[in-house]
Amino acid sequence: MNPTLDLLYRLADDQLILGHRNSEWNGLGPILEEDIAFSSMAQDKLGHSLQLYSLLRALGEAEPDTVAFTRNAPQFHCCQLVELPIGEYDFSLTRHFLFDHAELLRFEALATSSYEPLAQVARKLRGELKYHALHANTWMKRLGTATDEAIERMQRSLDFTLPYALGIFEKTDAEAEIISSGLFVGEDELRGRWLESISKVLAQTALEVPDVLALTPVMGGRYGQHTEHLQPLLDEMAEVFRLDPTADW
Amino acid sequence: MYGSASTHDLPTTALTGLENEDPILLAEFEARINRGEKIEPGDWMPALYRKQLTRMIEQHAHSEIIGSLPEGTWITRAPGFRRKMAQMAKVQDEVGHAQLLYSAAETLGKTREEMLTDLINGKSKYSNVFNYPTPTWADSNVISWLIDAGAIVNQLANAKGSYGPYCRALDRICAEEAFHLKYGHDAVVHLATGTPIQRKMMQEALNRWWPAIMTFFGPSDKMSVHTEILMRWKVKMASNDECRNQFLDMYVPKIWEIGLTLPDANLRKNEETGQWEFTEPDWEDFKRVINGDGPCNAERIAVRRAAEENGAWVRRALLTPKTQYVRPLA
Ligand SMILES: [Fe+2]
Ligand SMILES: [Fe+2]
Ligand SMILES: [Fe+2]
Repeated sequence: MNPTLDLLYRLADDQLILGHRNSEWNGLGPILEEDIAFSSMAQDKLGHSLQLYSLLRALGEAEPDTVAFTRNAPQFHCCQLVELPIGEYDFSLTRHFLFDHAELLRFEALATSSYEPLAQVARKLRGELKYHALHANTWMKRLGTATDEAIERMQRSLDFTLPYALGIFEKTDAEAEIISSGLFVGEDELRGRWLESISKVLAQTALEVPDVLALTPVMGGRYGQHTEHLQPLLDEMAEVFRLDPTADW
Repeated sequence: MYGSASTHDLPTTALTGLENEDPILLAEFEARINRGEKIEPGDWMPALYRKQLTRMIEQHAHSEIIGSLPEGTWITRAPGFRRKMAQMAKVQDEVGHAQLLYSAAETLGKTREEMLTDLINGKSKYSNVFNYPTPTWADSNVISWLIDAGAIVNQLANAKGSYGPYCRALDRICAEEAFHLKYGHDAVVHLATGTPIQRKMMQEALNRWWPAIMTFFGPSDKMSVHTEILMRWKVKMASNDECRNQFLDMYVPKIWEIGLTLPDANLRKNEETGQWEFTEPDWEDFKRVINGDGPCNAERIAVRRAAEENGAWVRRALLTPKTQYVRPLA
């Protein structure tokens, strides 16, 4: 795939699927304030994905609604981390923390991308992403230093989620060209910055951080290999849209 | 949404307890209300006033949080970016309304945790319409438009009530509800004037919801228990029948205008009296459902209970002495 398309699809699909997952917290949060916060982040992520699909549209790809609501799992380029069910709050919070740190750093880097339309979008989004990371940090620190039960839960979620989080940085065949053309600094570089960034926050908690780079990453998402959770999510998302794809909804 | 249909279980002995109140303080209190002053949390108030308001605001808050569930299940299925984003924002607002209302109710002395516990134990009620299912996207749109419309009729009236914190919460809520109404109307018009599949879906949803909508404002005044004192204290601001008539006046023409029909052959406006005539809703069925035996009561409470139980560890963690309250980034 053309390196710009390759990069944009990965970014857009990650945002769409995690936005969708975060929206599932409606009515289920541990406190109302978190229902509302997860909904805000879901709305932001959905909005980000729309902006990215619109860049793809400008490059000749299909309409955002068509791209988002009619593809099947093997055509999605999101990492597996974002497609996992919301589980309990400790998992959703840990995923939010690990993903949004990567996202913030990614869009900060993309703000100087050689592809100017993407750089423009990135400069707009990074402000919002800063708040997402701030929200995650606050809660990681709070729960990661609170009761034994909370610390235990957060530790278990961190251990479970880290291998999936490493899948964020899975490279595609276009990686060399993406870097050489100045589109993006590249996944290895991003992973290094991310590790530094999450470590700083985790150091302020009672959580133990394993040797992250020694873990086996969960890969495949960027090549359309997904968990069994993605297709049901897509079927649900498209349930109404597919009743009459020619209709204006 | 969604205050209302909740105040119909008023005590039959609304005057009980007043004989224990200091007559001078009581007279002063009533004079303040007569002058249009607002009662604030620290002010003297009769125990019955506190009790009724707590119940009313609490039920309103529960209606927002339970009401977010039927529409919430359509967030993940909303067709297309535009609808998906709007549905998320709309439902989020409802949760925000619950948050505002619980805070208003807390000023009367009952904590949010106590209120939520009473909700999942079936001790306190919420708007009965949410005990009915929303099997299609069009059902969700009917709620967004017409249930929110009904709620606005109610809330605009209650915003002129006597309790300051409730009135201020309602002012903020009504401003957001105005957007919900636009969103719901747009979604309904879209389906009602769309493809044959869409039109059929909308008409069926409207037929399904109409009987519940007709009960939204609570039983007919003829059947209602004594509410005179609550009117005098500006706790209840308009009668059920007044609200219902106002709603029909505002929305039936709009429904007919977009080519939809309503499943009541007797529905018409009597131009002489200015009152709408309709088939009397099945109030026995209404009572049965509000007392727990509706199609979705168990499911709604189960979802809320699961949320409370699954999240209990987080709330415990927030209460440890090492921590302090975090201001959420909403
Ligand atoms: Fe509301
Ligand atoms: Fe509303
Ligand atoms: Fe909102």
